[in-house]
Amino acid sequence: MTKSQRMFEVYRTGLVILIALLLALVIILLVSDVPGEAMKLFLIGPLDSLRHFGNVLEMMIPLLFTGLAISVMFSASQFNLGAEGAFFFGAIGAAFIAVNWHLPPVIHPTIAILWGGLIGSIFCGIPGFLKIKWGSSELVSSLMFNYIAYFFGLYLINYFLRDVNAGAMVSYPFAQSAKLIRLIPKTKVHFGIIIAALMVVFTAVFLYRTRWGYRILVIGKNIRFARYSGINTDRAIILSQVLGGFIAGVGGSIEVLGMYRRFTWQLLPGYGWTGIIVAILARNNPIYVPVAAFFLAYMRIGADIMSRSTDMPNEFVAIIQGIIIILIAASSFLAKQRHKMVVKEAMS
Amino acid sequence: MSEEADAILKMENITKVYPNGIIANKGVNFSVTAGEIHGLVGENGAGKTTLMQILFGLNHPEKGKILLEGREITIGNPNAAIAYGIGMVHQHFMLVPSLSVAENLVMGVEPRKGLKLDTAEAIRITEELSEKYNLNVDARSAVRDLPVGTKQKVEILKALHRGARILILDEPTAVLTPQETDELFDELKLLKDQGNTIIFISHKLNEIKALCDRVTIMRSGKSQGVFDVADVSEQDISRLMVGRDVILQVEKEPAVPKEAVLQVKDLTIVNRFRKHAVDDISFSVRKGEILGIAGVEGNGQRELVEALTGLGKYAAGDISITGKDIKKLSIRGIRDLGTSHIPEDRMTYGCAADLSIEMNLISYKHDHPDLNRKSFLMDMNAIRDVSRELVEEYRILCSTPQQEVRRLSGGNIQKVVVAREFSSDPKLIIADQPTRGIDVGATEFIRKRLVELRDEGSAVLLISADLNEVMELSDSLIVMYGGKITAYIEDASSISEEKLGLYMLGLESQSEDEIGRVCHD
Repeated sequence: MTKSQRMFEVYRTGLVILIALLLALVIILLVSDVPGEAMKLFLIGPLDSLRHFGNVLEMMIPLLFTGLAISVMFSASQFNLGAEGAFFFGAIGAAFIAVNWHLPPVIHPTIAILWGGLIGSIFCGIPGFLKIKWGSSELVSSLMFNYIAYFFGLYLINYFLRDVNAGAMVSYPFAQSAKLIRLIPKTKVHFGIIIAALMVVFTAVFLYRTRWGYRILVIGKNIRFARYSGINTDRAIILSQVLGGFIAGVGGSIEVLGMYRRFTWQLLPGYGWTGIIVAILARNNPIYVPVAAFFLAYMRIGADIMSRSTDMPNEFVAIIQGIIIILIAASSFLAKQRHKMVVKEAMS
Repeated sequence: MSEEADAILKMENITKVYPNGIIANKGVNFSVTAGEIHGLVGENGAGKTTLMQILFGLNHPEKGKILLEGREITIGNPNAAIAYGIGMVHQHFMLVPSLSVAENLVMGVEPRKGLKLDTAEAIRITEELSEKYNLNVDARSAVRDLPVGTKQKVEILKALHRGARILILDEPTAVLTPQETDELFDELKLLKDQGNTIIFISHKLNEIKALCDRVTIMRSGKSQGVFDVADVSEQDISRLMVGRDVILQVEKEPAVPKEAVLQVKDLTIVNRFRKHAVDDISFSVRKGEILGIAGVEGNGQRELVEALTGLGKYAAGDISITGKDIKKLSIRGIRDLGTSHIPEDRMTYGCAADLSIEMNLISYKHDHPDLNRKSFLMDMNAIRDVSRELVEEYRILCSTPQQEVRRLSGGNIQKVVVAREFSSDPKLIIADQPTRGIDVGATEFIRKRLVELRDEGSAVLLISADLNEVMELSDSLIVMYGGKITAYIEDASSISEEKLGLYMLGLESQSEDEIGRVCHD
């Protein structure tokens, strides 16, 4: 990509976000009785206190992991949507270790997180395996696998980890030694954000600076060329899916150990889905994942704050996300302008 | 000018820029008079096809206008072009192989009986047209079973059936044998006598001289002018096309073949239609020689190349490279024996167009110790250096080695492929259509490199549909027809084009003993 083209992509993404936000404001104007207040809370609510900004960072952590996971899997042009299930299942795996094992502080969460990552990598590896072995679409199988993850996960919690005295379907409390330390007082921002930052660096280096990452990128761009060049495409596809699943599983484990005292999810938490939006915004490039994750987290927390004190429901974030995805995926959005730019460059 | 006055069709000041930034046409003027055969010549990548695609509504210009009989028209899509009486026969035929000739011919304007196709009527129309224009085709046979030359006739009839008065033929002879070409020319002259106008795209100058009345010459997207064919020599045209005198004659010493590097024994390949695409063939390629495979495309060459490189499987027989059987080897394993492969289709197999030149140059060597540090990281500096050297050595025209391959011209993309494949000390080079669709400069360069590598001790297997190339570049030749070898010519310079054509069409074939001489130890 030339510099001007890259700038054009940045400009295009920015414009998409702007359009989505403008539309959001229009919706607020139409729906709310207190539009001024609602807009203010939505746009700058996350900045009005340390606690609110902490919420943004807390929300950003799981999105970083799922965004990275999906970037890695999509880089190989494998549309594995299993990050949601891997995140959920990884969290359950970590919950088991956090509840049942007794280990010293630092070691306990480390083991739990690695275990969650391992479960996640198996979970995302299976659709990849089915793909290379029998050519089944990873998109369909991973989508279906998410339901397996959900119901099987609830079964495990219900039958093996449920605290009957708690009054809701939640697990026994986690051992104190398993929890991640909090970093910023008055917020729940935990050590996971540091692991997430390391993970960003690791995935970027892995994809762009190692031979394994190189294979994944080549496969993603032209699998026939990869095969022709002697790259073992099956192995690289599996690697990308296993690594993606690992990152998602680690993310799920970190989320429960950092934010909760017990495993409490009754539904799929949805971070895997939002992770897809993160990856799309970041164009599957790990370097841009933090920017995209921050933006989405900010928007969600803004909507949350707004819904707490006004009549606007926070679900309207889904509308904004939908618009963003449609406009970015629409390759002909601004295509004329792009072509004009190409013509101008070529003729000069 | 009077000529301008009788122009049936004029294109003025046409400019077209592709999304990858390549300027295909720059202020091109083009006009044809009614009832002439007008040649459009230029190198590959000069913009001939783009100009004609604009005329046929497949591409839309950034600037310029089109005038038909003095009226300005816009051609939004091929249907509009057909409505204006403009028909096009593409390089790659647009026919449905499983349907009959008659069905293909009437497709889109079918005669109907109730809800069904009126087959009898379709056959009648076909036969009538075939007779009127003296283009002999069997209306009932399936297109799949027809030889290339006949498929082309079907395409021409199809365009005429839709009412084309101006017929565009995009490099129609590229896929034909010499005999078929002669036949086509007679038919085109007949069409002209019946009052049709023909635009004939080619880069073969002898054909232009033999067939056309006038010729428009293009170079790098610009028109170099219109000439009466009678007034210009082939040398003149070639100079205007390329911008300098070219010698496409390959200069090379006689080959000094040594031991066999590639040995193929009783090889049979069954394709997905369960047909024997390659049928029990044996041959060998020796160190220090270029063995050419001549033949009309689709006679087993592709399947053979796929088997040799590990991209495809083979049913029976043995292939060995440097004495090792490759049956159980992976593609990587075959490459590690010293095999290089220039693929027939550079965009599908030869590169990842969205990646940089650098990343494309290292695809085979990316895990080589030279390009990696002791840790698990790749050595980006080493990659940069290697790429810069290759870009320089192979004169790849680019702004930086980090540029996306997509933004290069066809010739430079092919140079990226060739640079990668030639730089790994190949013992065996499988060059499949190595200069297809690229400009003269790149063609000269690649051919010269192939001869140099031969002299340095590589064995070269050259597959080319370009008769000139395969005859000039090869030391020895085999001819493939219907999956079999029909001839082995030990000295490629000793055979005439016509004789070769007979073998390619399967009309003649050598004895088994003669063919058997191609196997060496």
